[in-house]
Amino acid sequence: MSENKIQVKNLTHAFGDLLVLDDISFNIKNEEFVCVVGPTGCGKTTFLNLLTRLIIPTSGEILIDGIPADPKIHNISFAFQEPSAFPWLTVEENIAYGMKIKKESKDVIKKRTDEVLNLLGLQKFRKQYPHQLSVSSEQRIVIGRSFAMHPDLLLMDEPYGQMDIKMRFYLEDEVIRLWKNFKSTVIFITHNIEEAIYLADKVIILTNKPAKIKEELEINIPRPRDIASKEFIEYRKYVTDQIKWW
Amino acid sequence: MDKKLRLRINEISKSYKLKKKDYHKVIDSLSLDIFDNEFLVILGPGHCGKTVLLNIIAGLETPDVGFVELDGVKIDGPNPDMGMVFQKTGVFPWLTVMENVELGPRFKGEAKSERRERAQKYINLVGLQGFESHRPPQLSGGMKQRVGIARAYTNNPEILIMDEPFGALDAQTRYSMEEEISNIWSIEKRTVIFVTNNIEEALALGDRIVLLTECPARVKEIYEVNMPRPRDLMSEEFLLLRQKISENTDLSIDSEV
Repeated sequence: MSENKIQVKNLTHAFGDLLVLDDISFNIKNEEFVCVVGPTGCGKTTFLNLLTRLIIPTSGEILIDGIPADPKIHNISFAFQEPSAFPWLTVEENIAYGMKIKKESKDVIKKRTDEVLNLLGLQKFRKQYPHQLSVSSEQRIVIGRSFAMHPDLLLMDEPYGQMDIKMRFYLEDEVIRLWKNFKSTVIFITHNIEEAIYLADKVIILTNKPAKIKEELEINIPRPRDIASKEFIEYRKYVTDQIKWW
Repeated sequence: MDKKLRLRINEISKSYKLKKKDYHKVIDSLSLDIFDNEFLVILGPGHCGKTVLLNIIAGLETPDVGFVELDGVKIDGPNPDMGMVFQKTGVFPWLTVMENVELGPRFKGEAKSERRERAQKYINLVGLQGFESHRPPQLSGGMKQRVGIARAYTNNPEILIMDEPFGALDAQTRYSMEEEISNIWSIEKRTVIFVTNNIEEALALGDRIVLLTECPARVKEIYEVNMPRPRDLMSEEFLLLRQKISENTDLSIDSEV
């Protein structure tokens, strides 16, 4: 039991008459990387907003370490699809920002900021501002910032949605590097099935609205994964068939 | 197979003036032949001059140097032989689906029964039957894009130009629209010039893929794609070619790793 970091129990949400999430239950282990895939408009964003407590569910509960999720108690980090670095802060100030809010000591902030900058390879850009970097780098700063918080739960909502494959592969390797280093528990939402299979320990497949869990699928391929390998393609085909609606 | 040359792009260059004597070169002596009924994909990084190239082909802009010929005739202005589908759908929100689709022939003064019949054919082909009297705000993003595609076909253009038409759609709608456009093209053969910055999309659709360099745009490489349609996005051949093209593009990342 204790190794379940996150427990979601009978989570249901409706907007008026519109049932969006229907009785969702699952567990996430400590330090697990979970990807969520599902058809367009199936309620993935609602699902995330419930996890961050931005909206309160109609029924059901979310427990982190056995306690109802509460942003005042737990560290919940969030990286959106659109990069959201603070334009008036430098790269290193952006990365340190969350830790400052949480009143970490100066030493901790310095140590973790350096750690993130090293992992991202952005040491020489530390004094620069986001607008001096590319959009993809702005997103990398935001993701680095989220990991630096040592979050109980890190949520990512399609952070690489707009990137072409070469960039995506690079960033996917980078996010795995960060995750291994900081040992965070991650929920990563994506439309891209190849991406989900590449990253996840476990893929949660949602059905069409109202979203239910169709399947929880463990991806048993050692990392780094080869996207052209036979077993990888088999997973990818299988998941594609599960959510294909066209 | 005998390939009949339709469109000839000959050594075109285009620059824009920034300040006095300071020019920004967008296209640099680019040449390209486009053949009858082929599905040609132009693949290039963001801001590399793809849209300027399309605008020149469509006769909306003129090159500084060089020329474009359609069937041996120089293009010197907008031309009804060129049909356009835009990234932002460009459908008129106050017109119904039918009125949007029949707009071109209506402006040309074609009789109502005639143009309606043709419009209906393409509305059916893109799968919008039953939505003829709906207006765009009642439609989803994918459906609006279908209206744009049906409208372009109803004009009976010689060349169909599509400028990242699926760029604004989500991944799954995009896959389904790619399948659809490939089907439509198989049924209604036309010369199509399709612009995208997405390698996977290029491979799903093109007979040939023209890879452009970063700005100023030149032809970097041309790939022939000989996979049967509908294409299997997970076949070995597909993944290999995807990797090959990907390796030939530049990764612009700020990093020292």
